[in-house]
Formats: sequence, C-alpha cells, structure tokens
Amino acid sequence: MSTTQERPADAVEREIGRDRRRKEDQRLITGRTRWTDNITLPGMVHLAMVRSPFAHARITSIDTAAAKESPNVVDVLTGADLGESLGVNINAWPITPGQVTPTHSPMPSDRVAFAGEIVAVVIARSPAEARDAAELVDVEYDVLPAALDLKEAAAATGDQGALAHPDLGTNKSAYWVFDSGEAGTGGSVEDAIAKARTDGIVIEREYRQQRLIPAFMEPRSTVVDPTGEQLTMWSATQIPHILRFALAATTGVPESKIRVIAPDVGGGFGGKLQTTPEEWITWAVARRLGKPAKYTETRSESLMAGHHGRDQWQRLTLAAEKDGTVTGFKVDLLADLGAYVSLVGGGIPVLGAFMYNSIYKFPAYRFAVQTVLTNKTWTDAYRGAGRPEATFAIERMMDELAAEVGADPLEIREKNWIKHEEFPFTTVAGLEYDSGNYEAATARAKEMLGYDELRAEQRRRRESGDPVQLGIGVSTFTEMCGLAPSRVLGSLDYGAGGWEHASVRMLATGKVEAVTGTSAHGQGHETAFSQIVADRLGVAFEDVEVLHGDTQVAPKGLDTYGSRSLVVGGEALVRAADKVIEKAKPIAAHLLEASVDDVEFSGGRFSVRGTDQGMAIGEIALATFAAHNLPDGVEASLDSDATYDPVNFNYPHGTHLCAVEVDTETGALKLRKYVCCDDIGNIINPLIVAGQVHGGLVQGIAQALWEEAVYDESGTLVSGSFVDYLLPTAADTISFEIDHTTTPSTTNTLGTKGVGEAGTIASTPAVVNAVVDAVRHLGINDIQMPCTPERVWKAITGAGGGPTEGAAMPHFDASTGMEGTVDRTTGGTDA
Amino acid sequence: MTRISLTVDGARVSDDVEPRLLLVQYLRERLGKTGTVIGCDTSNCGACTVHLNGTSVKSCNVLAVQADGAEVTTIEGLATNGQLHPVQEAFRECHGLQCGFCTPGMIMQSVDLLNNNPKPTEEEIRLGLEGNLCRCTGYHNIVRAVQQASGQGAPA
Repeated sequence: MSTTQERPADAVEREIGRDRRRKEDQRLITGRTRWTDNITLPGMVHLAMVRSPFAHARITSIDTAAAKESPNVVDVLTGADLGESLGVNINAWPITPGQVTPTHSPMPSDRVAFAGEIVAVVIARSPAEARDAAELVDVEYDVLPAALDLKEAAAATGDQGALAHPDLGTNKSAYWVFDSGEAGTGGSVEDAIAKARTDGIVIEREYRQQRLIPAFMEPRSTVVDPTGEQLTMWSATQIPHILRFALAATTGVPESKIRVIAPDVGGGFGGKLQTTPEEWITWAVARRLGKPAKYTETRSESLMAGHHGRDQWQRLTLAAEKDGTVTGFKVDLLADLGAYVSLVGGGIPVLGAFMYNSIYKFPAYRFAVQTVLTNKTWTDAYRGAGRPEATFAIERMMDELAAEVGADPLEIREKNWIKHEEFPFTTVAGLEYDSGNYEAATARAKEMLGYDELRAEQRRRRESGDPVQLGIGVSTFTEMCGLAPSRVLGSLDYGAGGWEHASVRMLATGKVEAVTGTSAHGQGHETAFSQIVADRLGVAFEDVEVLHGDTQVAPKGLDTYGSRSLVVGGEALVRAADKVIEKAKPIAAHLLEASVDDVEFSGGRFSVRGTDQGMAIGEIALATFAAHNLPDGVEASLDSDATYDPVNFNYPHGTHLCAVEVDTETGALKLRKYVCCDDIGNIINPLIVAGQVHGGLVQGIAQALWEEAVYDESGTLVSGSFVDYLLPTAADTISFEIDHTTTPSTTNTLGTKGVGEAGTIASTPAVVNAVVDAVRHLGINDIQMPCTPERVWKAITGAGGGPTEGAAMPHFDASTGMEGTVDRTTGGTDA
Repeated sequence: MTRISLTVDGARVSDDVEPRLLLVQYLRERLGKTGTVIGCDTSNCGACTVHLNGTSVKSCNVLAVQADGAEVTTIEGLATNGQLHPVQEAFRECHGLQCGFCTPGMIMQSVDLLNNNPKPTEEEIRLGLEGNLCRCTGYHNIVRAVQQASGQGAPA
C-alpha cells in the first residue's frame, strides 16, 4: 500500500529536495558553450549533402564533374564511391522474428526511398563552398510510385498500391500482438465485447496520431577526427555509448579505437536517439581523407531527414457495463515506420502496448500493431514514444464512455481506476505498478482548476447559447518509464539491456567526480546528480563534479531516453557512492583505531560510536591517496563503480485538467487554464522538475493544437521549415499551475519516478478532451489533431449531418487484419 | 571581398568579407563568437539574436557588410566586468533555460524588450518574445525570468 507523504521536515538541510540553481547555466547564459558545430580542427573539411527531391526513385546517373570543379571543393563522393566503408544504419529492435526490414544504407547508390535521402556528399574547405557545390551535382532519377498514405500502404501489394521497397514484396514490416487472455494476465477481450454488445456498452472509435517532428533547437552536427590511432566522433546525440557500439558493429573499426563525445547537446526529445546516415557518412569521409570532417545540417534538412514521431491510426473498441465499468479494451494500430526501420523502429508502438489500460482495472485487453513501410521520413522516438499515443487513446475513450453513460468524466475514471490501497497492483498488461494515489492527485487538480465552478460556468454558457463555449478536459495518466529491466527488454527482443553505470571517484583534495553513463541534453543532470551524491557522501554540492557524455570519460552507459536518467542512472550513482563509503569504512576504523563495527557514517563523517572521535570522508580520501597508513590488504583507492539494472519500470502518474474556450462562430480556441498534479515520487530538484513539466506540457499541447508534418501527394514534406511547421511561440502558450502529490517509488533507493516525458504524455488528451467537451452538445465526438480553428469550425458547421470532415473516420481494410467499421456506439443510455 | 570594420563585444575588428556573408557566419566562423548560434534558415527561431547598435536583430538576417561601422553586442559581451547582466541572472534564477541553445537569442531579445518596455505585462512579454523559439521550457519560466529582470518579481 502506498501513502501520500509530506516532505521530510529536514529537507531544507539536505540537498535532495532543494531548488538548486543549475550548475550548467553559467556557461549557457554567457555563450561559453560547446555545441558540436562550434568545433574547429586544423585542416578540417566541411560536408554538404545532396538529397533526393523525390519520395521514391531509381538513381540513373550522378554527375559530379561540375561540383568537383567548384572552388575549394576537395571531393564529391557517392554511395558507389564509398562502398562498404559506409557501413549500414541498424535497427536494434526487430519486434518479431519475421520482421521485414529493408537494408538501410546511409547513402544508397541505386534507389532512394524518401524525399531527403542522401545520394552524394560534397567535401569542401568551407561549409558555404560545400553547399554551393552541392547545387552543381546533377542527379538523374527515374521516379517510381511512392507509398505515402499509411492505410493504402498497409493494403498495397505492388500490383495494386505502391510498395516502399518493391524488392520486399510488401509494405507490412511486423505484426505484434499482446492478448491478456493468451498471456494469462486477464480474460478474453472478444468475450467481453460480445457480452457488452448484448448487455452493456460498446464504444468503437478510430483516432489519428498525426506525424510530428521532434524539432530540437540545435540542428544535428557531427565532427569526426581521424588523426592518430583513435577515431573521435563528436555528435549532437542523446546516445554516445550506443553510437560507439553501432559504429564499431557496422563499420569495422574496433570499439576500442572509437571515442564518441556528446558535448553540449541542444535538446533531443527522442529526436537525437538515433544513429544517422549523416554520422555514418561523416565517419566514412573523415576516414577516407584522413582529415577532420564536419557536417552540420540546416533546419530544413533537420525537419526533412531527422526522424519523425507518432504517425499512427488507432482503432479502438471499449466494452463496458451499463454503469460505466469497463470490461475490456481492444486496440488495433497501424504505425508508419517511414522508409526504414530506425534504431528503435517498430518498438515505439510496442512501448505503448503496456499502457493502453493505463491506471484502470480492465479485466480483458488486447493490443495489436501492424508496422508499415512508406516512402516518407523514417519514424522513431519522440518524447513519450508510444506512451502518448496510448494515453491519448484511453483518455479519449474514457471521455466517450462518460458521455455515453451520462456521467462526469472524472467519476467514470474513478469507478475504473486502481485504488490507492490496492498497490502494488498487477495490471492486465502484466506490469506491476509499485505505487500511486490517483485519488489524491485528482482531488488536488480539481481544487487547482476550480473544477466545479468551471462546470457550472459551462452549464450557464450552454443554457444561454453563448457563442463562446467552455470545455473542460481531463487526463488521468500514468506511464512506464525508467527504461528498463534488461530481462524485460530481452523478452521483447530489444538489442541491448537497460542497465546504467556510474562511478564515484574521491579526489585527494576532497572533491568528488561523479561519472554517469547517462547523457544529458538539457535535463540538468550536472545539478541533480550533484545533489544526490552530495547527500549520499555528505560533501558540499559545489564539491561534486558530474562527468558524462564522453565514452572515454564515462566508458560505460546506455545514455538518456525514456525518463531513465534519474531512476536508473541516479540509482547507479547512489550505489557507487555507497560502495565508496563501504570502502572508506575500514580505512577510517584503522585510522581511528577502532573496530569497523564501531564506526558509523553520517553527514559526511565517520565516527566511533559512543565517542567524539571521527574523520570526514575527505580526510579519509587524502589518507587513502597518501596510502602511508592503510590496513593490510586494503587497496589505495576509494573509487567505486556500480552497474544497476532496474527491477521494474517506474510509474509516475498525474491528473491534468484543461479549460478551453471555443468560439463556435469561428472555430478559434483559447487555452484558458491548465493545471496538473503529478505524482513523480520523491523530488530531487523541484525547479528542474517544474521545467520538465512545463516544457513537456507545451509539446503535448502542440500535438493537440498546432503541429503536424504534412506531405503532399508526391511525397514532399510541405511543413519543411519553421515557417510551415508550427512550433508554438511564447505568444501561443499560457502560464501553468503545477503541483505534486507524492507516493515514493518502492523500486529505487531514493523513491523517485521519471518526469521527462510526463507532461507530453498527459497533456495531449487533456486538451483534445477539452475541445470536444466544449462542442459535444453540438453533436461532435471527435476532432482530428491538430485541432486547428478550421477543423473545429468545420466540425461545428457539419455537426448533425453525419461524419465531419477532419474527424477521424473508419476503416482499416481486411488486408490489414482489422475488420469492421468504427466510430459507433451501441448500448448505453442513448442506444 | 569587401572590407568591413566594426566593434564586437567592445573589441574593434576589421576583415575582408564576401558580400553574401551573414553576420552570424561572420561572428561564428571568423571571430569565433560561437556563443551566438544558428537554429534555422528562415529567420524564425531567433537563436542568433544579437544587438546591432543597441537594438536586437536576428544575425542570420543581416549581412556582415551591413554591420560595417556598427557596434555589435553578442551574448558573450553582455556581462560587464565579470558581472552578469540582470537578464542573464534572472534566466538562471528562474530556470528559464534547459538545453540552452535558444538562450543566447532569448536573452538578447529579452534585454531589448526591457530596454523598450521596462515594466511589461505578461502578455507584452509573450508578444515581445514571439520571434524566438524554445523547445524545452514551454516559455513559462522564460516569462518569469523577464518579469523578474524587470523588477516585477515572480516566483518560478
């Protein structure tokens, strides 16, 4: 059982829980930054990529002669020139044994599979000269039919409908299923649906998860230095360790000869959780020329060729009793992989597979995903990665159920959610949730919003026929984060483990180096990890130096994604620090001339129980460094490592409430208020947590209201610049009210839960539920994301006359394995 | 090539430049002023914002030759005598940055905003920063930082 706890009274004296200002900021606010693009090395050459303008085409010729004659051009190389030295870009997670996976050359020489794919690289003495010459490379193409629409691609055979890779004979990559009846974690969802059709409620809907672009602010950049025996790559990446492994595995360079550095990295959000063609090409060019090489993408290239996220159709069937008690939930997804199966690839929807039941006690559940290849930019992780899609689906459906039953959406949720006294709770998806208190978070969020008052205002506006209607959106979310127990990843056929590594080094001067295998790109690890180590060792916050993001400095690690840094990486640091204390203890006892059993450690000091004798840990560190007087057989080092493999995922949760005003005459939306109460366990630094929540909220809200990667009918990305891809500005957003309830996680020492993705996972359905809630009385039960004023207006003006344009519409055809029609409700009060 | 002479962060510099060279490229590639960064190619993101004769400009939208004779201040020249500018201090105090890539431009634009409007409302701050994109903070704490720098203390 979990309880909501007050913060300990001594929290102010401890580092953990303090709103420490960030150590990172001094250099970032003064411009003393180390972005990859800032790096200049002697003799460095600069790369520009020649990219395909066509979504699918055969390359018939590449004429590089004019480009080679251009001023200060060193060389122009094609895939044929570079050959096997290019290596390949890999998929680390084949989700089924029979997954259809196209070979992904970083620079194909015969055929391009998406607009933006690289066909040649120009190497010049300056970036401008490289780009000038790239314009002179003359590539002839035979344009091929392109697989673009996800549903059409899923049904395509080649004879009918284009194939993204004709040689594969299909666009279907993998079909992955979880069925609670088969897994023994619940009943048969088909039985539940059949029963509900005769004596209950069945709600069927289809929702669209539009394609999004991570749009980190720092464009991706790579520098490779082949000088000397070791090759060094700097890259704007979230995953220096995985990158090093993949370079070694695919390019024939021994791992021991490779050093990868992620210096200051300007945001990622999953978008830099990738091993990219651009990195592989820069690597191959630098090795070929024996000179340092740099490639920095333009924003247009970043939007076009950096991986995208989401892009799914979700077909959902919810079965319930007439009182709103859910009896089963069935999920069928189509997921667009784009042109290649990326690093995580089809694993993204699978990461969501365990979350569609969310915080609820569903007795039966089935999830199936068909991943599909198309001739569009490849997709992979974007903040939340599978879990925002899951949360959106279930939270939209719970609102639909509430509307059907005629109950308040929060009441319907409470009827179905896991009660706080029921933790730990094993879900129908087979996960064990360790802790949570949905009642407490919801009560607090309702109070923050003024829920009852706004419901009253909503009624008044409806009754008076106010042209501006008020909608209140609810999202009670949970997520699985802290990726991940290695055994679970193994059972899912993921290509690596989920452990994390840390080292704590005690320097002779009493300073401490804390080395982590996680790799920050804006999260504030240097600050939060300093707080953890400072508390653990009883040293000053300022005396801890956190080192990361360089495989030579932090040789072991699995990097940063999936809200894992604190709950996995932080736990590794705790364990390494505890080992330091254990190693110091016999030395302290020896120096204090006491028995080890009589020595205790507290507040940075070893003391002899029952006496006033003691030594600070820094003194022990110096004595160990000098090594003049150590106990026999004790090594002259306190330094310690720990590799921690989490025993479980980690389950933050929260209640997000959003009030939106909809002008029914124009479709214009106004965010009026957004509040959330997140339970992320114990908090290390509330200031950093608030920042993570705020930023996450806006990314999730942006999916609901603004962002979409749009392709035209020939497969050109038309939202290919910041003019067209609508990243929200300060003027689009509002200030937020956030708070926390606390049920500590029981699966890590500090009781923490992840927070990096929470805001994004929770906020999208809260906003769309609010928009739909504002106009539901007009006969509308869905508006497709992004809910632009145009779509809202069309929904309103088309309401009552059948399906609205822009609303999610039925049909997966039979060939996708999904049959029947969607967007209908049977049973319930209105049936 | 055209000869230009200007003052950047208090130092006088003079160079032959191509007429097409952007001010931001001049700052980064010729002067090593890498504190100023390039975030887009359509002048939407504002990451490259500097002050040209005391007024904020997107340095990707100004040719180096247009800066001839001018005084340019970048994020690297904002602190004086080791003392952070109040806006820099406020960004740190209010956690108005995460990855920090938009921060140089965001700070330079905020300084300009406050020069023109020392006590802006929240709405005026939001409108004044509309040309600067941030992907990390959701703008909440950036707005707080500008409020704090303006002496209208706001808790983060």
